[in-house]
Amino acid sequence: MLDSALRKAFVAIVGDKWFLDTPNELYAYSYDATPLYQSLPDAVIIPGTVDEVSAILKLANQHKIPIITRGSGTNLAGGTIPVHGGMVLNMNRFQQIHEIDTKNLTATIGSGVITADLHQAVEAVGLFYPPDPGSMRISTVGGNLAQCAGGMRGLKYGVTKDYVMGLQYVLPSGEVLRCGGKNVKDVAGYDMTRLLVGSEGTLAVITEITVKLLPLPETKRTLVAYYSNLVDAARTVEEVIAAKIIPATMEFLDQGTMKVVDDFAKLGLPLEMKSMLLIEQDGPEQSVAEDIARIAEIAKQNGAARVEIARTAEEGAKLLAARRAALSALSRLRPTTILEDATVPRSRLAEMVEAIEQIARKYQVHICTFGHAGDGNLHPTCMTDERNHEELQNVEKAFEEIFHTAIRLGGTITGEHGVGMAKMNYLDLKVGQDGMELMKRIKAAFDPNHIMNPGKIFAHSERRRLVVKK
Amino acid sequence: MSNSSRVKTGPACDSPEAISLVRGALDKFNMDELMNCMHCGFCLPACPTYQQTGLESYSPRGRIALMKGVAQQQLAVDGEFEKNMFACLGCRACETACPAGVPYGSLIETAREVVADHKKETGRPPLVHRLVFKHLFPHPKRIKWLGNALWAAQASGLQKLADKTGLMRILPREMAEMQQAVAKVASPLARSKRAPVLKAEGETRLTIGLFTGCVMDVLFYETNQATARLLSKAGCDVVIIDNQACCGALHAHSGEMDGAIELAKRNIEAFEQAGVDFVVNNAGGCGAALKEYHHWFANDPHWTERAQAFVAKVRDANQLLAELPPLTFSKPLHARVTYQDSCHLAHGQGVRNQPRQLLRSIPGVEMIELKEADSCCGSAGIYNITNFDMSMQILDRKMERVKETQAHFIVTSNPGCLLQMKQGIIRAGLQGQMEAVHIMDLLDRALS
Repeated sequence: MLDSALRKAFVAIVGDKWFLDTPNELYAYSYDATPLYQSLPDAVIIPGTVDEVSAILKLANQHKIPIITRGSGTNLAGGTIPVHGGMVLNMNRFQQIHEIDTKNLTATIGSGVITADLHQAVEAVGLFYPPDPGSMRISTVGGNLAQCAGGMRGLKYGVTKDYVMGLQYVLPSGEVLRCGGKNVKDVAGYDMTRLLVGSEGTLAVITEITVKLLPLPETKRTLVAYYSNLVDAARTVEEVIAAKIIPATMEFLDQGTMKVVDDFAKLGLPLEMKSMLLIEQDGPEQSVAEDIARIAEIAKQNGAARVEIARTAEEGAKLLAARRAALSALSRLRPTTILEDATVPRSRLAEMVEAIEQIARKYQVHICTFGHAGDGNLHPTCMTDERNHEELQNVEKAFEEIFHTAIRLGGTITGEHGVGMAKMNYLDLKVGQDGMELMKRIKAAFDPNHIMNPGKIFAHSERRRLVVKK
Repeated sequence: MSNSSRVKTGPACDSPEAISLVRGALDKFNMDELMNCMHCGFCLPACPTYQQTGLESYSPRGRIALMKGVAQQQLAVDGEFEKNMFACLGCRACETACPAGVPYGSLIETAREVVADHKKETGRPPLVHRLVFKHLFPHPKRIKWLGNALWAAQASGLQKLADKTGLMRILPREMAEMQQAVAKVASPLARSKRAPVLKAEGETRLTIGLFTGCVMDVLFYETNQATARLLSKAGCDVVIIDNQACCGALHAHSGEMDGAIELAKRNIEAFEQAGVDFVVNNAGGCGAALKEYHHWFANDPHWTERAQAFVAKVRDANQLLAELPPLTFSKPLHARVTYQDSCHLAHGQGVRNQPRQLLRSIPGVEMIELKEADSCCGSAGIYNITNFDMSMQILDRKMERVKETQAHFIVTSNPGCLLQMKQGIIRAGLQGQMEAVHIMDLLDRALS
């Protein structure tokens, strides 16, 4: 709990209504979308202006109170768990779309704007903001930035970092700064914009964002291919790319995932099949039609048992929406659903899919795999029960081996969810000890008092360890 | 601080602060169902109270977390928990949005039951609750009496007098605003003269029992009559049995499960005796409750089977009419029409297309889809009385959408929604331009 004088000072900044600290209120901000993590904050504060953010940070910094910046709390890495207590800084009042600049093709928005609202606003004027994480209907763009969220269009369009051009941000000291802007070319000094994207709330609080927009593709079309094994699907992905076609989306679902998704969305999928690819192409009408026809051909050549082309845009949208719900739908099977996002170069996809199957068998755990096959970003998801400690240990061991395998295949421990708490014990696998040290020095330059989202990205001990103890 | 990453950590979660746990609360909550919520947050955009407040404790995910907190003895069943559980509309839009299939509707009912039990142990429940749930809803005669009183007030001009003299000003504003929207109540004479059976026009395809509902039959007696006429026209013998009771939905939503179960037993018995093919209702809220009777008797094997047989026969009027041969309408209705889903019809029973299909079948109707049509209007049983301010904020947002349609008729399938939309029209200043109407009444108007 904050002492009463300090509490009063924070209330004075935002007003009574936007300072929460009753037992239920604290409890409601003790979790995010990550399984197994929970910790109570000492207070929740919901500022409405940049000046308020600045005043809050200054005061928190003086008194060394942890600040956990939060959007809608949908991240999957434990990024917004107040593991050291402190104050949750909820940014969802920053929901203004300030400007859509149709000449420079940019949008400038508050960091609390809902991702899908940004999509809707720019698409209404014929423009396009590609990043589309699974939680886009409720996630905030600020949260997407903090984690550098990806989505299903990563293959063709890249991820959040590829669209952020400029920021307004507040340092723990209370200084309000800007970086980047609307210039396509801008090499004035270090690229602070790129540094802040994916910094997981450990450096500064982002208050305003300028993103790059594209012209909205003229049309899009969706194709589904079903396979009687896993490898043929992976091979199809490689062959499509080798044929120099870059689809907007290439999603992979295994049989287990197909079953739960179908249960939720009632799509009538052929559940006897072992895997499916969901492929979408966008662009000018004619070239989309050509690409889809070619892809269908390649899928059949690579052993697809069935290939179907969605008849209408609505049908395609329904399939993609169902795929977005895959993770949550998997939790129908068991009480606890743990998902990771190990990623490999596209050419190693088939190997990775097979390795995951083997690892699941070895540790006797139930893993379903789906993900963004086109960019090698898989989501092996383990269905378990957090009350069964023995099983949880096996889950941990299985994931550890999955991470090692990804690294061995030239991949990474996390493609799009971020390190947070869930993967901090594996970070050195990817960046090495020297890399960790440099990152810590950068962190200290921004946040010398270590108040910004403490307990994330960097494990306390530098040695990696098995994460579940007896 | 713990080094392990996949365990519950945190300074205060495990602190044994003064928690007064209700005896049996742990047993009442189904931990497996609570755990099925993997807190992904997909329900947040569907939740009207979250949309209104932006606060996690006003979201389905937040409420389920609080329930877990109570079940795990980390939170107390206190005034704050009660406020949070009753701030929920119970619209169940979150169930449609939930990929994990969490049965939120039954979870919130359990939470409210836990609150109600706790209050009974510690003191008397609030007066309104006792009045409404113990002394009014279970007694059809008293509801009829209330209806008669309302009718007398309307017929005699007392209501106008009350308006003029400013009597309404000293009533709570909730009641004052509501009474403006109340429909014209049928006269006691008309209600007492109703025939117990309305024969099918032409060949009898089915025999159905009309579930008249308690509030419905008083405030919207004419809608029940219209429903009977439509079903008869579609080939049904319509039986209206006298000994049916209130469905019990409002009791269940408020944590008064004992009362709800009592009413359910009476209805099951009454319709068993009537020997009908289907039990048909025209109120989404009642229908959803009737279709859940078997869950209410989950711990009572003696009644489970009878409840299941009853549930298998329950149909919403829209559902049945859409399955029967199309009605022939003789009076075209040249009007723009829009439809507001009843939450418990759409999210609770999955009936969405049928009412739209029926409306489109009326000659001359131009059907305009309302944006966010399946988002709650804020009526939600007695929510618009118990949580008046939030209800009105949600209604005003709804009316902005309704206004955009420029419809002549805003059509609903539930009496609560209908009253709320009538009130919405007044609040939005749309009187004379737009009329709120129950779908059965509109279909009936086009019939003859």
